[in-house]
Amino acid sequence: MKRGPAARILLGVFFFALLLTPFAIRIISARRSVASNGFTSSAALERHGFYFTEVSKSAGVNFIHQAPTLDPKLKGIMPQVASMGASVSIVDFDHDGWSDIYVTNSAEGSNNALYRNQHDGTFKDVAPEMGVANVNQPGTGVSMGAIWGDYDNDGYEDLLLIKWGRPELFHNDSGRGFTRVTEQANLPKWINANTAVWFDYDGDGLLDLFIGGYYSEALDLWHLSSTKIMPDSFEYAKNGGRKYLFHNLGNGKFEEISDKVGINSRRWALASSAIDLRGTGHPDLFIANDYGVSELYLNDGKNFRESGEQTGIGFAPKSGMNVAFGDIMNQGKYAIYVSNISEEGVLIQGNNLWMPRDEPNGIIKFDNLARDLGIELGGWSFGAQFADFNNDGNLDLYLTNGYVSQDKNRSYWYDFSKVAGGNSTIISDEKNWPDMDNRSLSGYQQKRVWVNDGAGRFVDVAHAVGITDTYDGRAVAVADLWNRGAIDVVVANQRGPLLIYKNTVTQANRWVEFELEGTKSNRSAIGAQVTVFWDGQQQAQSVSGGSGFAAQNQRRLHFGLGKHPNIEKVLVRWPSGTVETLNKISSDQRYKLREPQ
Amino acid sequence: MSRQTIEPQRMEPLAAPMQKTRWFSLENRFVPPLFITLILVVGHLSFGMLESYQKTFIAIGTSLLAELVLGRIFHGKWPHLASAYITGISVGILLRSPAFWPYVLCSLISITSKYVLRMKGRHLWNPSNFGISVLLALAGDFVTSLSIQWGNFLWPMLVIWALGATIIWRLRRFHITGTYVASFIVFAVFRSWMTGAPWQSEIAPITGPEYQLFIFFMITDPKTTVRSWKGQCIVAFLVALVEMILRFNQAIYAPFYALFMVGPVALALDIWLHSPRTKSFAPTV
Repeated sequence: MKRGPAARILLGVFFFALLLTPFAIRIISARRSVASNGFTSSAALERHGFYFTEVSKSAGVNFIHQAPTLDPKLKGIMPQVASMGASVSIVDFDHDGWSDIYVTNSAEGSNNALYRNQHDGTFKDVAPEMGVANVNQPGTGVSMGAIWGDYDNDGYEDLLLIKWGRPELFHNDSGRGFTRVTEQANLPKWINANTAVWFDYDGDGLLDLFIGGYYSEALDLWHLSSTKIMPDSFEYAKNGGRKYLFHNLGNGKFEEISDKVGINSRRWALASSAIDLRGTGHPDLFIANDYGVSELYLNDGKNFRESGEQTGIGFAPKSGMNVAFGDIMNQGKYAIYVSNISEEGVLIQGNNLWMPRDEPNGIIKFDNLARDLGIELGGWSFGAQFADFNNDGNLDLYLTNGYVSQDKNRSYWYDFSKVAGGNSTIISDEKNWPDMDNRSLSGYQQKRVWVNDGAGRFVDVAHAVGITDTYDGRAVAVADLWNRGAIDVVVANQRGPLLIYKNTVTQANRWVEFELEGTKSNRSAIGAQVTVFWDGQQQAQSVSGGSGFAAQNQRRLHFGLGKHPNIEKVLVRWPSGTVETLNKISSDQRYKLREPQ
Repeated sequence: MSRQTIEPQRMEPLAAPMQKTRWFSLENRFVPPLFITLILVVGHLSFGMLESYQKTFIAIGTSLLAELVLGRIFHGKWPHLASAYITGISVGILLRSPAFWPYVLCSLISITSKYVLRMKGRHLWNPSNFGISVLLALAGDFVTSLSIQWGNFLWPMLVIWALGATIIWRLRRFHITGTYVASFIVFAVFRSWMTGAPWQSEIAPITGPEYQLFIFFMITDPKTTVRSWKGQCIVAFLVALVEMILRFNQAIYAPFYALFMVGPVALALDIWLHSPRTKSFAPTV
């Protein structure tokens, strides 16, 4: 060293400062987050404009999810393998104007539940009498999720049940019961599916159906001939289940056309949803895959083109578990939220918020802004949904998380990461995995309720607004359950209770809701987009046939408007292409819109 | 395998004369950078390994810049950048974080450590091992290490291993890699026997990409290994031994921490034994 002691001392100080930098960044980050000094309703209302109260018991809902028990060969890592199945979907199945709740169970012989809204703050399970409870019989697989759509345009929402097993389609008989029509519809005998979505891909007025396989459809997970069922890579796996697109033929039958229209993938799909991302009038299909990159199938009305890499979303492989769309910047454009895994000190994938940016020639590209907006880290994240919880005019985000909660003091992460980094021949065979031995894997995690400040920043207020549960959350669905102009949250937990979080919102903020019914378009109006213009801003929302993780929100669209809103106009773009402009819209009202003939 | 003694002054991060160097010789300082670049390019083209070009470029750029500035200030001349390039690219590959700042910080810590943590004119830690270990220990809530990239598939692993082994052999450092790998496998079987975990799960880590960089670049770094052939083998064995102990304690980043602990102690002892004061007592190899 040629320099003297002074330079070396300066270098030493600089080096020491470098070592201290992580501590400084940690302190700065902590100051940015909301201090949680416990929950009080008055403080929550004053600071954030809303709070949640968990009301499942008082609402008459006492549902505990039971996980599947698969082939005994998988016993060592059964909690990890059998870690999904809790799902929730919102539907007004009897067309009475009140949201009902359907939840799935996943143990062989267990019952699913259909909670009919009693209009008095309570629900009643009517699944047995309606014929949609006993759907997990041995030999048929078990439920993984459910989505609702009026596939025959008779005015009543029909039920598509996906399973690790035989998918089932139930026709809604005018809200008085359900008839199983699986065989007539030509659905396959077995799909190990975790995601499905109703959407009219070709604009013919009939709802089509996408189902995404997770495990290969060749596997009966209760009768395995081999333990080689795991992914062949933890980031590039392509040995999952196939994908299906069922074209609705209009006579109660469906034709499987995925290959024909360009959907051909064996990635491990966990979540999917469809929306018109480019304003073409055709819904595009987004698939979040476990063990790999997400896929975006751009739709020209006849065929799909997988454009993940081209659009920027299909580059970095992660563990996609959620797809939710939200116009979070009030620009009339949808961002896409995909949840992944983040575990301190082990694996920090970070969740993705794909923000669209327009490129010349109509090409769409996305940038991941999750970190910039503060919604990147959410533990082992699963279901998430956008909704305006405080009616301030900005979409907030609810995220549930937690993978396997067993022994609180013993973690399986070391063994998990040890094997997951290995060669495919090792990781793809269950017998090479150490037993979980009652250890937890990202268990007991704190949920996130990120409030959008309207200025490009989300702040987690979960504790402050009353969300303190640490169950292994899976599906999140949002709905105005009691027609109060407030968005409530329903959370399905793996091996845990169904939670209903009733929302109390400040009276200062206004809202408006729209219930759409298609005529030329599919009657569920899935794919219809409503844009509200008020106070110099706009927000777009679209009726969805399934979003989040194993979930479906209410079909009704809810817009928060903030204080003293001046609604300039409302633009409705129906799936048929019809565009309707509504000028006399008032706040705090619920509108039923029927598509002009 | 020939045994060689390397003079301390040749370990300085300065430009070595190239006219008389032989391709694939230890003096050819372009071979390791070329090899690690090849790994990066192959990994990325086949599996899109790089989560972000920018992060890798930032790590490399920061590393090169820090080396240039510190080399100029403390050695009075522009340094050879091969070593800093390897450090930067190792940080860019091995560190994982959604944020950009850890890549800058890790590169800065790595390069600066070479100029601060020295003994008798030699730096004690492999720079990227130091930087990555420090970041993993101090900023575990912001960063992790590469673990599951690269596809987990067999053929890229075999190509990298074959190519790496050939180059390391020509660079006369295969004995270090070989000793470590053999020790790791023996200890993996021992861990399996002790814990009851499948032996495949204990072997699994070394089949991943993290170890390819670790065994070909970190533990063989000429500047931070001891002089004698036998000593290098013993150190490689000790690194594997400490790693096994750390693995018994479920340390996810056991190899980095093991080298972090064993490497400098061995090197300091080696320097002390070969210093003028004790030179007459130093063993000849």
